[in-house]
Amino acid sequence: MFSRACLQGARRGVHVYKRFNSTLVVVEHNNEKVTPITLNTITAASKLGGEVSCLVAGSQCAKVAEEVSKVAGVKKVLLADNDAFKGFLPEALTPLVLATQSQFNFTHILAGSTALGKSLAPRVAAKLDVSPISDIIGIQAADTFVRSIYAGNAIQTLKSNDSVKVITVRGTAFDAADPSSGSAAQEQAPAATPSATSEFVSQELSKSDRPDLTSAKSVISGGRGMKNGENFKMLYDLADKMGAAVGASRAAVDAGFVPNDMQVGQTGKIVAPDLYIAVGISGAIQHLAGMKDSKIIVAINKDPEAPIFQVADYGLVADLFKVIPEMSELVDKK
Amino acid sequence: MSGLRVIVGCKRVIDYAVKIRVKPDKTGVVTEGVKHSMNPFDEIAVEEAIRMKEKKIASEVIAVSCGPTQCQETLRTAMAMGADKAIHVELDAKQTETIQPLHVAKILAKISQEEKADVVIVGKQAIDGDYNQTGQMTAALLDWPQATFASEITKNNGDLTVTREVDGGLETIKVKLPAVITADLRLNEPRYATLPNIMKAKKKPLAKKKASDYGVDVTPSHQILSVEDPPVREAGQKLETTEDLVGKLREAGLLPS
Repeated sequence: MFSRACLQGARRGVHVYKRFNSTLVVVEHNNEKVTPITLNTITAASKLGGEVSCLVAGSQCAKVAEEVSKVAGVKKVLLADNDAFKGFLPEALTPLVLATQSQFNFTHILAGSTALGKSLAPRVAAKLDVSPISDIIGIQAADTFVRSIYAGNAIQTLKSNDSVKVITVRGTAFDAADPSSGSAAQEQAPAATPSATSEFVSQELSKSDRPDLTSAKSVISGGRGMKNGENFKMLYDLADKMGAAVGASRAAVDAGFVPNDMQVGQTGKIVAPDLYIAVGISGAIQHLAGMKDSKIIVAINKDPEAPIFQVADYGLVADLFKVIPEMSELVDKK
Repeated sequence: MSGLRVIVGCKRVIDYAVKIRVKPDKTGVVTEGVKHSMNPFDEIAVEEAIRMKEKKIASEVIAVSCGPTQCQETLRTAMAMGADKAIHVELDAKQTETIQPLHVAKILAKISQEEKADVVIVGKQAIDGDYNQTGQMTAALLDWPQATFASEITKNNGDLTVTREVDGGLETIKVKLPAVITADLRLNEPRYATLPNIMKAKKKPLAKKKASDYGVDVTPSHQILSVEDPPVREAGQKLETTEDLVGKLREAGLLPS
């Protein structure tokens, strides 16, 4: 038995090395609930083949730590509960991540590719004097990653020679981890002195009962063709009937039809739902970057030359003001 | 208190409207003979710096670019928009291809110290590498606070109040000066340089430097193994009526039943 174990160890030299990987996932949450992208990030972390620990930092966030400890694949949850983490400012969180890193020596530090992850990860990486790897869509090995560049028009595979890999993960490229079959141990995160150079003042979040744009199964987006903000009500009606989230092109946001957090594209949110319906959107490179990995793409546009038709599985060359109400009615009929 | 000294980072990138081509040997994308311009987010950063000067918040605006000789055109554009002077950190073709945001951040941090800057403004990301890292790393290296994805900036005493575009909507934070800001699309509408200003910009000072002048080693720690075309989507079909569309979606199980 002993000899067989030795043999396996020798044959799987790579795997023996892999056993020494250990990954820290920075959990994103609102002190009440875990943000869905954290579950996708935990899946990415599990693919690296080492032990996965999660860091939950916030104010009165014990509930979140409890939730994370039940996620499949998580070995350990580190909890840092402190009022200094109010607003999740990178200046406050970075010393905490660094203290955690110096105690546990992780080989990988991961966060979701969200406004928070994008703000925090590079700050942590610079302090560790390593180059972060943004928005990965694939993991080939513990040091080899796939990401998109030029608004998704080229796919880059890179090997990082840095001692610690600091990574943000594109949520839509990895499945969500099972939130209920894990049993991780909880412990206190090491103490750190947060920098007081910045201060959270306030938030104005868009309230909506519709599903979250980045994790919705269906998304309906409107563009300049919607003509004004009031007309978006048509899309909201249809979306509610379909259980879909509503997105927008940059043109619709810039024109003030809808708030910026609805923007889908290279510089907005990246979505990959089962169904994406583009309404009155021409399909500029920058918009396609945010949605072209959707399973089924539908384009409704009266311009038959619109580039969106080149990526659409189903195209309807017609006036959206006629089609959308018709769709609403037909979806109702069943 | 005298006005703030502002550094703006400007990257020269392939123009946003160009359909890029991947090289057949998979080492990168074709850049020769392709239209380049200033990274759109950096134009917004330059515009904001100039508006700060026009509001007498800023006293001097210094544009910085790291890259090949042609970056000087990008810097002249920044000066034609209103920047006072420029620093070009020249890289050879190979270095330009392999330089990483960490290196640029180290250079920007060094320049910020030498120039006694109070504010560094860069775009939130360059549209070629799509990293979204340089501003955050510059802030970390300087130990300054950061205000990423800014859509509004106001100054009060020693603080900047910045509205940020975050996932759920907007967020307001206060950062102490000195600070690093990264510009989002909705911060402002960049101006066009007028011909007289383009002529004037030719006389503004442009210092030529090397990465080694700042003690920054630009040896890459990332090795690019390949750059490839993304998978191509198969051609779809045009439908005639709304009924057809709803029928197709229902067949595929994409509508609630």
